[in-house]
Amino acid sequence: MDRIVLIGLNHKTAPIDIREKFAAVCADGMVQLQQLAQFQALKEVFQVSTCNRMEVLFTTPTLDQGMGAVVGFLGEIYGQTGGALKPYLYTYIDQEAVKHLFRVTCSLDSMVVGEPQILGQIKQAYRQAVEARTSGVILNRLLHKAFSVAKQVRTETRIGRSAVSISYAAVELAKKIFNELTGKVVLLIGAGEMAELAAEHLLNNSVDRIIVANRTLERAMALAKRFRGTSVPLDEVAEELSRADIIISSTGSPDPILTADEVKRRMRSRRNRPLFFIDIAVPRDIEPAVNRIENVYLYNIDDLQGIVDLNRADRLREAGRAEHIITAEALKFESWLRTLEVVPTIVALREKAEQIRQGELKKTFGPLDPLPDDLARSLQVVTQSIVSKVLHDPILFLKRTSSKARKDLYLDTARKMFNLDADQSEAQTEEDVSLDSREAT
Amino acid sequence: MNESALLFWVLTILLYGVGTVGYLIYIIRPDTPIHRVASLFLLGGFVSHTLELLLLILRIHYAPVTTMQQALSFFVWAIVGSYLAFQLKFNIRILGTFVSPLAVIFMLLSTTIPAHLVPASRLFKSFWLNLHVGTMFLGNAVFALAFCAGIMYLLQERQIKNKSFGLLYRRLPSLESLDSLNRTCVIVGFPLITIGLISGFVYAGTVWRSYWNWDPKEILSVITWLIYAVLLHERLAVGWRGRRAAVMAIVGFAAIMVTFLGANMILEGHHRFKAG
Repeated sequence: MDRIVLIGLNHKTAPIDIREKFAAVCADGMVQLQQLAQFQALKEVFQVSTCNRMEVLFTTPTLDQGMGAVVGFLGEIYGQTGGALKPYLYTYIDQEAVKHLFRVTCSLDSMVVGEPQILGQIKQAYRQAVEARTSGVILNRLLHKAFSVAKQVRTETRIGRSAVSISYAAVELAKKIFNELTGKVVLLIGAGEMAELAAEHLLNNSVDRIIVANRTLERAMALAKRFRGTSVPLDEVAEELSRADIIISSTGSPDPILTADEVKRRMRSRRNRPLFFIDIAVPRDIEPAVNRIENVYLYNIDDLQGIVDLNRADRLREAGRAEHIITAEALKFESWLRTLEVVPTIVALREKAEQIRQGELKKTFGPLDPLPDDLARSLQVVTQSIVSKVLHDPILFLKRTSSKARKDLYLDTARKMFNLDADQSEAQTEEDVSLDSREAT
Repeated sequence: MNESALLFWVLTILLYGVGTVGYLIYIIRPDTPIHRVASLFLLGGFVSHTLELLLLILRIHYAPVTTMQQALSFFVWAIVGSYLAFQLKFNIRILGTFVSPLAVIFMLLSTTIPAHLVPASRLFKSFWLNLHVGTMFLGNAVFALAFCAGIMYLLQERQIKNKSFGLLYRRLPSLESLDSLNRTCVIVGFPLITIGLISGFVYAGTVWRSYWNWDPKEILSVITWLIYAVLLHERLAVGWRGRRAAVMAIVGFAAIMVTFLGANMILEGHHRFKAG
C-alpha cells in the first residue's frame, strides 16, 4: 500500500536565509511541481511554499526511494547536496503527515498562530497541483479534508478571533466604542509605518475619510493623496477635534501635541460624541490625562501591546482545542485510507448485497403466511445465486485491480459507485478550493 | 385563579426559567447558537404569559393590577414584551442575559405573595384608570431596559477606560449601541409615563374630586418623572451621553423600584395594592 509522506522546512527548523532562498526559487511553484512529478518513485505530489515554509507532500509505493528523491530535489534548490540540508528538514509519514498538514492548514504551525493567510496559500497551491494533475485520489481527499478541518477549527474555536497585531487591536477597540466605523472621520497626526497601517485598516473598515496633519506639508499631501483624504497644518489639529472621531498620533515631537485642556474644550462642540485617541508615538503625543475626560478614550502603544499579548495567550489556549479536532479528523482519514484495500471493499460489497437480498425477501414474504419449507429453501437458493452472479464480475475486476498501478482510483470509484462509505455526503467539491485567494507571503 | 390560568402561570415561569439558564450559558459559551434557543423560550414564556393575563382580564374585566402579585406579573409581562420588541431593532443578544433573570426573579417574588382577588369595584372600570395603569407599566418596563443598558454601559466603559478586559468585554456590545439603546428607551418611555401621570390625575379628579392628594406614591412618581425629564432634556439639548446618561437611567429605575415596591409595602395611601 502507498505511504503518505511530508518533507519540509519552516520558520522553526530553518533560519531566514534558507527560507528566503526557497521562497525566491519557488515563488511560482508550478515548475517545481512538474519537476517533482517526473520522479518515478512519487505517485501523487503536492507542494506549498510561503515565506515561512516549504513543504512537499507525496504518496509513494517505495518509501526510501521517494524520500531520497524529494530530499535530493530540495537540496538542489538550496544549491547543495540533500545531506547539507538535512538538519533543517522534518519528515512525517502516514498518520503524522496527515496531522501535520491539518495543523498547517489550521494555522497552528504558523509563526503567528491563528493567522488566516495560510489557508488561502494552501488552497492556491492545491489548485496548481490539480492543474498540473499531480494530485490523485489520496491527496485530493486529504487536501479537501484539510480545508474542511480548517473551517471546523475556525468555527468551533476562537483561534482566529482576537487581534494579534497593534493595528488590528486598534480597529477592534474602535468597534467596541463606535460600533460601526461607517461615517467616522480619522485624523492622522504624523506618519510612520504603524500609524499608516492602522489608518489603512480603518479605511478597510469603511471609515468615512482621513484627515492628515504633518510637520512637512509635502509629506502630508502625499499621505492625503494615498488615503484619498485632506491635509491640514500641524498647528491646527486641535481645531479638527470637532470633526474627527479617531485620532492616530505618531509624531517625533518631544512635547505633547494635544493637552487635556484642549481636548476638553472641544467636547462641547462635539456634543460629547466619543473620541478615540491612539497614541503610538514615543515620547507620547497626547497628554495621558486625556483618558480621564468623559467619553474620551486614550490608548498608547503599551496599552495596545498589552491587548495583543493577551490575545496571543488566548489563541494558544484555543490551539489546544484545535489539536483535539485535528487528531480526531486524522483518525477518520486513516480509516478511509484503509478502505482503499481490495479485501475490505469486496467484503463490504458482499455485505451490502446480502443486506439488500434479505431486506427484499422480508419485504415481499414477511406479511404473507409462512411458505412451505422446501419452497422457502428454493427461494433462498435462487436469490443467493442471482446476487453472486451479479457480483461475480465486479469482484473479479477488483481482485485483478490489486496489481494495477491505479488501484486506489478503481477502489475509490467502486466504493462510490456502490455507495459503500457511510460518510459519502462529506465528499467535497472543487468550490472549496476557489474560496480564498492567495494573500501576501 | 382557575385551572387553565394556573397552568399558564406555571408554564410561563418554567419557560422564563429555561430561557434564563440559556442566556446565562451564553455568557460562558458565546460561540454556540444557544441564545437563539434561549430567546425562543423567552418568547414562548411571553405567549403563555399573555394568554394567562387574557384569561384573567376576561374574568375580572379590568387591568389586572389590583394585587401585588398581579402587578408584578403584569410588570414582568411588560418588560419581556418590550425586550422582545427592542431585540428586533437593536439585536443586542446579551441584553437577554440581564432581562431574563429580572423576569424570573419578579415572577417568583410575585408567587410568594398570597393572591386574593378583590371584589370587582365600580372604581376599577374606568377608562382613565386603565390608561393610567397601562402606560405607567409599559413606560416603567421600557425604563427597566434602559436600566439594564445603563449597567451594561458602565461595565463595558470601565473595561475600556481602565484597559483591563474581563470575561464580559467580548460579550457586551459597543458603547455606542448601548448608549443608543438607552436613548431610545428614554425617548419611548418618557411620553408613556407622562400620559400615565396625566391620566392618573384625571382619574383621581373624577373619583376623589381632587387631582392631587399628597399620596406618597404620587409624590414619588412625580420625582421619578422629573429624573427622566432631566435626563431627556440634557440628552436632547446639551448632548449628554455615555456614562452620565447611563448613571441617570440607573438612578431613575431605582426611583421606580422605590415607588413601586416601597410605597406599596411600607407607606400608606390609596395606591396600595391589596396584599391579602
